[in-house]
Amino acid sequence: MGAVHQFKNEPSDAAKRVPDGLFVDCPYCHTHFYEKQLGKYKVCPNCGYGFRLTAQERLAQVLDADSFVETNAELSLQNPDFPGYADKLHKAQRTTHLRDAVMTGTGTIKDQPVALGIMDSHFVMGSLGTIVGEKITRLFELALQEKLPVVLFTASGGARMQEGIQSLMQMAKISGVLARFQQAGLFYLVVLTDPTTGGVTASFAMDGDVTLAEPHALIGFAGRRVIEQTLHEKLPEDFQRAESLKQQGFVDEIVKRENLADTIAKLVRLHRRNEA
Amino acid sequence: MSLFKHDLDPAEVVAKSREDRYSANYIIQSLFSDFFEMHGDRLQGDDPSIVSGVAMLNEQPVTIIAIDKGITLDEKIAKRNGSPTPSGYRKAQRMMHHAEKFRQPIITFINTPGAYPGKEAEENGQGEAIAQSILTSMKVTVPIIAIIYGEGGSGGALALATADEVWMFENATYSVLSPEGFASILWKDGKRSDEAARLMGLTAAELADEGVIDYVIPEGWTKRRLMRLVQVRLERSIERLMKLDPNELVSRRQQRFRKF
Repeated sequence: MGAVHQFKNEPSDAAKRVPDGLFVDCPYCHTHFYEKQLGKYKVCPNCGYGFRLTAQERLAQVLDADSFVETNAELSLQNPDFPGYADKLHKAQRTTHLRDAVMTGTGTIKDQPVALGIMDSHFVMGSLGTIVGEKITRLFELALQEKLPVVLFTASGGARMQEGIQSLMQMAKISGVLARFQQAGLFYLVVLTDPTTGGVTASFAMDGDVTLAEPHALIGFAGRRVIEQTLHEKLPEDFQRAESLKQQGFVDEIVKRENLADTIAKLVRLHRRNEA
Repeated sequence: MSLFKHDLDPAEVVAKSREDRYSANYIIQSLFSDFFEMHGDRLQGDDPSIVSGVAMLNEQPVTIIAIDKGITLDEKIAKRNGSPTPSGYRKAQRMMHHAEKFRQPIITFINTPGAYPGKEAEENGQGEAIAQSILTSMKVTVPIIAIIYGEGGSGGALALATADEVWMFENATYSVLSPEGFASILWKDGKRSDEAARLMGLTAAELADEGVIDYVIPEGWTKRRLMRLVQVRLERSIERLMKLDPNELVSRRQQRFRKF
């Protein structure tokens, strides 16, 4: 899961760091433009790249107003014993108003009831630790019980290094409940957002019945730098981008933010299971 | 774990786990008879870093899936020192389905620094291939025993270690990332890998304490005795697991990982 360090030092959200009325740079096409041009969906006016959203922003963009009931909101790691980890978590909790890197709950998207998970890359790079694993597992367990489809927005630098092997075990834990969820004939929709890498890509991000991606989102397993070191050659610009993954057969469709809610609702309707 | 000598520092265990002490072929020939190697993922090719096939464990037909680093330079190049490509993981999935059809237990042997980080591997869906291997392992209704006999490197190892029982050689390692990668991510200094090794809890004894590993295979004897020990233990465990109702077996496997 060598993917994390590649993203670690990037500005987490360029738009947020710049005061109103100033220029921002698109991290994908590097176009310079006024922040206000990002619009309410926070999309590059030139190339359509979607700037990284907070879980709260994403929620506001896709869910019907006031329909969200959050689950396990208070779940947080109790004894972070790795050196410096407790401070890192506290800082992330203060800046994101989340307890860990995923927000889960139920609600409706254009009147379609769903169980929803939103990973937030602003929280320790959206990395997969015990709490993220537990909340996603519980989300699937709840959806199984309530017979709800699961819609999951992925955003992650990969494994949560500070949690070591426990982080790796989360991939298996989520896959266990996912196996049951699939066998129950329920619908699992993945929306890959920028960035989705490492252990998340190598588990539940690539297990969807339908897989959507946002324009130009970075999606991959190994980090670009690790691959360049292995190969000793430069990789193409569109390497590991949503458009390439669609061409290679791993993404069903690339959907613009303004169309996401409608597309998700439509897919949920199209996967209503006919009982035998 | 007082049975074993623990004179070794975790950094030394890391070094030892990377020595080519056993090849997959040696292990397979020692434990089983009538091994028939099966090649190819039936989609695009055959990844030699995964050695797979069917064999007899005493009187019991079994399916074997092993990650192999190779010993000679040519082997190491062909097998990328035990780093499977997506094709390798898809071959593993094919073998899991094969085992399920004939109701054979699956035994995996793991020795990998990690899944191969290459351009083509990414383009062929390395993430998806690992994800599907884990998911398939969570569904198959025959027993799975995984044995880590060298390096157990991250998702590339987990792809074959989502099992009913996970065993580990005393001087093997199992970790979220290599100590070098870990140190370079957390401290921007890959040279602090020894320090990382001590913090990561990657030795068999530490992992057994966490419940990640079910059985530590002691290495303090001759190779032949060691293989005999593994063989006897495999026969016993498989006999026990084969008696379980298939649905119960799968649900226990899912529960085994639910606790983390």
